[in-house]
Amino acid sequence: MTAAPEPEPDELLLGFARALRAAGLGVTADRERTFLVAAATVGVGERAHVYWAGRATMTSVPADFPVYDEVFERWFGGEAIPRGRQVDVVRPPVRQAPLDSGEGQAGGDDTDTLQARASAQEVLRHRDVATLSAADRAAAARLFAGLTPRSPMRRARRHVRSTNGSVDGPATLREQLRRMGEPGRIHHRRRSVRARRIVLLVDVSGSMSPYADSLLRLAHVFVRTVPHVEVFTMGTRLTHVTRALSERDPDRALAAAGRVVPDWSGGTRLGEAIGAFLDRWGRRGMARGSVVVVFSDGWEREAPEVLGEQMRRLAALSHRVVWANPHRGKAGYEPVQQGIVAALPHIDDFVAGHSLAAFEELIEVVSRA
Amino acid sequence: MDHVFSGADDVTTALGGTGYLADDALATVTFLATRLNRPILLEGEPGTGKTALAEALAEALDLRLIRLQCYEGIDATQALYDWDFPRQILHLRTVEALTRDAASHTARDTEALESELFDERFLLARPVLEALRAAPCVLLIDEIDRADDEFEAFLLEVLSTWQVTIPELGTVSASTPPIVVLTSNRTRELHDALKRRCLYHWIDHPGLARELEIVRTRLPGVSAALAEQVVTLVQRLRGSGELIKPPGVAETLDWARALETVGATRLDAEVAAATLGAALKYREDSERIRASLDKLLTA
Repeated sequence: MTAAPEPEPDELLLGFARALRAAGLGVTADRERTFLVAAATVGVGERAHVYWAGRATMTSVPADFPVYDEVFERWFGGEAIPRGRQVDVVRPPVRQAPLDSGEGQAGGDDTDTLQARASAQEVLRHRDVATLSAADRAAAARLFAGLTPRSPMRRARRHVRSTNGSVDGPATLREQLRRMGEPGRIHHRRRSVRARRIVLLVDVSGSMSPYADSLLRLAHVFVRTVPHVEVFTMGTRLTHVTRALSERDPDRALAAAGRVVPDWSGGTRLGEAIGAFLDRWGRRGMARGSVVVVFSDGWEREAPEVLGEQMRRLAALSHRVVWANPHRGKAGYEPVQQGIVAALPHIDDFVAGHSLAAFEELIEVVSRA
Repeated sequence: MDHVFSGADDVTTALGGTGYLADDALATVTFLATRLNRPILLEGEPGTGKTALAEALAEALDLRLIRLQCYEGIDATQALYDWDFPRQILHLRTVEALTRDAASHTARDTEALESELFDERFLLARPVLEALRAAPCVLLIDEIDRADDEFEAFLLEVLSTWQVTIPELGTVSASTPPIVVLTSNRTRELHDALKRRCLYHWIDHPGLARELEIVRTRLPGVSAALAEQVVTLVQRLRGSGELIKPPGVAETLDWARALETVGATRLDAEVAAATLGAALKYREDSERIRASLDKLLTA
């Protein structure tokens, strides 16, 4: 009576599915069920069969494969699996993106605790955006008020009546039926249009700090004038600042953003920040079909290949990716920083972002996207 | 459709008979798809044989292949069904001409006329509806990533219940579900809801031995030595990791065919440079490889 009973095959398989879920794969109950049926169909006796049945039913992107392999080997043990060549996909750890302003407000003078909490690269500093000179503030406000962003449009599924376009069969026919089949005017229809969502990802790290104010002012103009705009700041963390920027007065909006963002002028982990955006917001729908604008100098502290992979995901999800680089507008600029080199293949438009004229150009690019 | 294949080995044999060489993984997934009546979602680099699997399946099982090519802006009228509007109008005019002398229409006539207009014969069956009616068959939904987000929602109902509802006619359902193959080049991520309904498989570029086997099976006219040289070189090009678009199996076959056509018996730098366009489709890639052809061939 001492030996534990041998677990049932189904129990073993279900446990494997649960282990995959714990490891972060999106294994839902219906997938578990499909896996059990699939395993029973191919037969649980053969290790490779179970492996492929599980991979086909419980993974959905190549990035899932390394995790799947690891869990499979741990769960079923034994010799290596006769699998195909591995797809080399980097899966960055998901970085938490805190939204609350608690830490940011605690910053400022409490440097001891901060240093203890911060890693070497992670200098979490709180920048006071309320210290602009009165003259500067007035001038900037006047200038930014003159910018008029427009939404990029996409074709919607619905049709609307139109004077030209394809023949609207049902409408024409309905009218003819009303007159007992007497032919009349031919109705036309075209697809209606809808505004695309615009996502602004603003780099607020140390190397971008001279531009952060202007970029957030630009973001504020977008949020106030165009529907469906979302704004995030990227530094060592990713912060959602749309709500803070929705304040009508630009200065109060910027001050509100300043309170929310915990990492002004810190380091940059562009790749991880974009990855966090995609995992938490983008993939669930925010990035789908939208126009994404990244404001950054592409100064990536850590692995540029992570940035490359995340930019690929971003490009695959969104309608168009625009990269605005303040240095782009300067004479003699070459995109040689590792980060920007890794990101370039996945960018649709590479524009400058250093002056008001450049912002106008950017607005034009976005509205045409 | 039950028991079309008795096991994964059976799939390999059947597909092999048509010249499609499937590895164990793909054979297992295909077997599962036919048994569980689930669509197969194939992702992978272009030119790795995603579309070819559907063609081979149709040939091996002697079923009809119905293909739906997706593109940006595709909607239900192009995928499911549409009404033949010109013919409906023509019908209306004919009825009008015939009844001109007759007494005034009764309400019943009007009703009958309307139901006539939305009759089976004015229905244009697009690929998905066609597949449901023609089942058993193989339905290939090619490059689903090119279609808009909304289009995936249309497919969801069809792929899970195997039926399409036409308001004017009623519901069309498949007696036996078709074998559905979806392919995606991953230019856009598909919704999880769609992925959950499918069996997912990533097709990778084949290894040296398998690719050589593919070339030999598909192009028996190419000499063994030439085939080996081409495949070795293509594998090296892929491994170098510096190409914008690494050649797929389709390109390997094209290249081997091109070399056969120009009458080459072995691959040297000169003839390789002349026929490089069959394998590399970007100017930057061609230039880079042309410059290092000697090294690649002798290495």
